[in-house]
Amino acid sequence: MTSKKQLFVWILPFLVLVLLFFIVPLLYMVISSFSSGDGFTFGHYHEVLTSRYILQGFKNSITLSAVSAIIALIVTLFAVYAIMRFSEPVRERILMISNLTSNFSGIPLAFAFIVLLGNSGLFTLLFEKWGIDSLASFSLYSWSGLLLVYIYFQLPLSLMLLYPIYYGIQQQWKDAAALLGASTFQFWRKIGVPIMLPGIVGTFSVLFANAMGAYASAYALTGSNYNLVAIRIGALISGDIFAQPELASAVAVLLGVTMVIAMLLSEWSIKKTRRNL
Amino acid sequence: MKKRGFADLFFFFLLLYLFLPILATMLYAFATNWNKTVLPEGLTFKWISTLFQDSSFIEAFGRSVLLSGGAVLLALLFIVPAIFVIVLYFPKYEKWIQAAVVMVYAFPGVILAVGLIRAYAHIGVPMILAVLGAYVISILPYIYQGTRNSLRSVNARQLLDAAELLGASKAQAFTKILLPAVYPGLFAGALLSFSVLFGEFVLINLVVGSRFETVQIYLMKKLSTSGHIASSVVFVYLVLMGILTFIISMLTKRSKGAAKV
Repeated sequence: MTSKKQLFVWILPFLVLVLLFFIVPLLYMVISSFSSGDGFTFGHYHEVLTSRYILQGFKNSITLSAVSAIIALIVTLFAVYAIMRFSEPVRERILMISNLTSNFSGIPLAFAFIVLLGNSGLFTLLFEKWGIDSLASFSLYSWSGLLLVYIYFQLPLSLMLLYPIYYGIQQQWKDAAALLGASTFQFWRKIGVPIMLPGIVGTFSVLFANAMGAYASAYALTGSNYNLVAIRIGALISGDIFAQPELASAVAVLLGVTMVIAMLLSEWSIKKTRRNL
Repeated sequence: MKKRGFADLFFFFLLLYLFLPILATMLYAFATNWNKTVLPEGLTFKWISTLFQDSSFIEAFGRSVLLSGGAVLLALLFIVPAIFVIVLYFPKYEKWIQAAVVMVYAFPGVILAVGLIRAYAHIGVPMILAVLGAYVISILPYIYQGTRNSLRSVNARQLLDAAELLGASKAQAFTKILLPAVYPGLFAGALLSFSVLFGEFVLINLVVGSRFETVQIYLMKKLSTSGHIASSVVFVYLVLMGILTFIISMLTKRSKGAAKV
């Protein structure tokens, strides 16, 4: 028994860290979202839910996150299919390169897109030269511009999550299906995709959450101008004159609830995939 | 057969999309002038050398290394032992660590920043310490993954039991047997955590701001003043990330190889 108590000493600092730098801040945030100067209030939530501007921010964030997640999923679903043909060492090298690009996010990524598509970006000039006005007038600092950046940081994550799911589809199943007369297309439609589906849903919700919480790229590109939830929270908490920390807390709590739902969905579907594979 | 070609097209597009921004930014760091032409007018080392002569960049780099490295070190000192003890001696509580990992994913920097400001900004705690603490927590997923995988691959429990059976004390078994065996996986996790923290912007910017200028904040400032200097910063950042990723993959390969023996 004493030995178990001795062991507990090793866990204690970890618990203290989690408490101080995770649980306490989140609790304070929740409390602050319900507090007015002198007491309890639902006012901040009421304000969030009736503010057109903040709701617009949620809508923009949700569409941006969902669309970027779906596009990244579709591209990587096919790309992983192509990758599976390579030998294992080559595949691992491809994954390593993809991991390298997964570090390329936030401010550096925003800058890279400015080089390519900013006002005097490489492609912007190229399109001007070719006289394709519709493309030359493309604005990086808009919803579609942000979408390109978001797709970029979703791709490596999507690849990393989908690869093991594909890996689980066994060659024997394909052989068995082929022996029984199924075409490749039939195999994927009737067997492959249904087995992978929970995993794909799980990947989608991780990607969705990933984009919902992203802040740096959008901030670097548009400052506080483009209306996204994360940007709104940042502006509300750090604004020098107009800081409204209680309102920021309420928006952050609502974003947190969205994120937790997305993560629970992914946990559930990952468990389901494991059972299948 | 035709479908393969279709999938290959997506793979090609993926590679192009991932590499084009990196290549363009790297090229920009060495371009003399690149505002009116599709390709740069000439090449130069001027921007890189200007960057390295800027003492505020060197200082920002030092701060980033100090902050990220400090957080990783604290995680190795306090979180890794806890994960060891829980996985080896209290396996039924492991699901609580997993829950914590999911929660850390669920509350990104922008949410945590609000919490940290509400909890600590008005009681005289230096906010840089709050960010440091939050960094330690935010790398929990990578540290847990690294520790867990290496513990699994070396059959840690049996290894410890065998060492104790042969007369080693608990501490000896831990430091002389287990630690060297899991070291590569642990080190890979630590490097991955470092590279993630090195790119962190939200927490440091919202909670502390330019009072503690890291590389990311320096870069953000240069974004609006000098594109060439900004791309040089990104170039340095990418080279550093490249080196770290290479070492991580070497370590992971080695620990996988060790598991097979």
